[in-house]
Amino acid sequence: MTRPSPRGRERARRWTVLRQAARTRLGPLGVAVMIAAIAVALLAPLISPYDPLKQDLGNALARPDRAHLMGTDNVGRDVLSRMIWGTRVSLLAGFGSVALAMVTGGLLGLLAGYAGGRTDGLVMRVMDAVLSFPPLVLALALGAVLGAGLTGVVIALGVVYTPTFARLMRGQVLTITARDYVEAARALGAPGWRVAWRHVLPNAAAPIVIQASLSVAFAILAEASLSFLGLGIQPPGASWGSMINAGRGYLQQAPWIVFWPGTALFVTVVGLNFMGDAVREALDPRLRK
Amino acid sequence: MGRLVLRRFLATIPVLVLVTAGVFALIHLTPGDPIDVMMAESVDATVKANLRRELGLDQPIYVQYAAWTWRLLHGDLGRSIRNGEPVIENVGRRIRPSLQLAALAMAISLVVATPLGILSAARRNTSVDRVGTTFALFGICMPNFLLALLLIFFFGVKLRWLPISGYVDPLEEMLPGLRSLVLPALTLGLALAAVVTRTLRSSMLDALSEDYVRTARAKGLSESSIIRGHVLKNALIPVVTVLGLQLGTLIGGAVITEYVFALPGVGRLVVDAVFARDYPLVQGVVLLIAVGFILSNLAVDLLYGWIDPRIRYR
Repeated sequence: MTRPSPRGRERARRWTVLRQAARTRLGPLGVAVMIAAIAVALLAPLISPYDPLKQDLGNALARPDRAHLMGTDNVGRDVLSRMIWGTRVSLLAGFGSVALAMVTGGLLGLLAGYAGGRTDGLVMRVMDAVLSFPPLVLALALGAVLGAGLTGVVIALGVVYTPTFARLMRGQVLTITARDYVEAARALGAPGWRVAWRHVLPNAAAPIVIQASLSVAFAILAEASLSFLGLGIQPPGASWGSMINAGRGYLQQAPWIVFWPGTALFVTVVGLNFMGDAVREALDPRLRK
Repeated sequence: MGRLVLRRFLATIPVLVLVTAGVFALIHLTPGDPIDVMMAESVDATVKANLRRELGLDQPIYVQYAAWTWRLLHGDLGRSIRNGEPVIENVGRRIRPSLQLAALAMAISLVVATPLGILSAARRNTSVDRVGTTFALFGICMPNFLLALLLIFFFGVKLRWLPISGYVDPLEEMLPGLRSLVLPALTLGLALAAVVTRTLRSSMLDALSEDYVRTARAKGLSESSIIRGHVLKNALIPVVTVLGLQLGTLIGGAVITEYVFALPGVGRLVVDAVFARDYPLVQGVVLLIAVGFILSNLAVDLLYGWIDPRIRYR
């Protein structure tokens, strides 16, 4: 019998992780919610029944009926269509800011852990300083100077989440560089970047992926909070947070304006939490039964 | 303990220096000229030039930083460009509602989370536990502003039991004051309660599986006295840590809660300053919040060392 190649072994390990994630109780539910949300975001132009920006003042605050399944808002825009387009904004902000934080924080952590000494001290103190701000206050202040809009929010949230990934990566690098196989690679004359790329990064990936899967939920919540405050995507663009803010003045006459985007936000965040927990259980050997 | 205090305090100094540098840099991150961003296009060029000179923005950046730090060390956090008042006075006027809100929210969270966390762990896998874990999940996933609107909808709009916005100082008028704070404090407190319930449950479960609990059971102690005498004290240590870690979330939550309920607190001041593009005020308030946050974290750190001697002697 031939031994599987390293690549084959890696593929088999990935399948085991996926199987384990699928075996958790609520993991599949989380994945289903996420697939649905991603499908809605991608297919928004096809499935949205109306133009999300088109106002119809004669039909403002209309109750949910067959023409408008989730009713209309205060200027007669279709709530369902705006909710569908808002999914794009939420997912873009959630995944975009976490990807930004993962790359920046990962590289900074790699640099700090690898270089050690003063570089390590400087990078980590800067990260401590970023962590010294309450996250939403920092995002609000950064959003204010970067200007309202999706890009500003993604950058602001990316900065807020960077230290978490930098700390995590640095810890991983310090543990992994002390291992025998890294020592062996170095002894064989492998250059620093190759050791980092081939040996350190793949082994440090698991906790980073776990953290990323848990952070996306919080990033989506944070984007919604910033949009609610008026810093995210600007009117007339639709995002769940801004829709809820616009509807709060009509709670008595038209609670559906707040109810539907609120439900979408809550269900997405619960789904992401389920998925994050499942990924953590599958990747973290200590949590595996 | 004295050495621990000194060590932790010294460790915060470089962080404080970097935080002030970060806050100083805020105004320079603005795309374009900050003066143009702060003032409308129609504003007279002389007024703009005066503001530029007043804020020192016509100086080289290192001169600006040195002057700003010097003023900071003398307790001058700058002035609001909108009302001309010093930042410290703006904050001083707003701090009371924020502290009252935080205290009430903390009280609500402990009243809700303590019994729920203990019962969830003591009656693991029963319906009580399911109520506890579901509550925790809901609380963690529910955005503050949505919970606030739900509470406004039910208790303010439908039942008309409580006011939905505005603030009355409870120290001046007790009952109307408390009534004005109930919904905001519930919004903030329930979110915190969710996190505390989850932590208390899991740390109780850890403590319940310890050998000393088995010994206590073997001695014939009742389950309630085991929990009271042995489990709870040990389970509270992670709860204190989590409460410390949640401070940032609590402050962020307070910003949103004060905004929704129109409470004239520090959180609301930040939002107002951001939208008025009053950058000196944003800088001053954000710096004060960050310093407050660092000092509270330091206090929690020391509290932790006081509760758990193993940390003190490390």
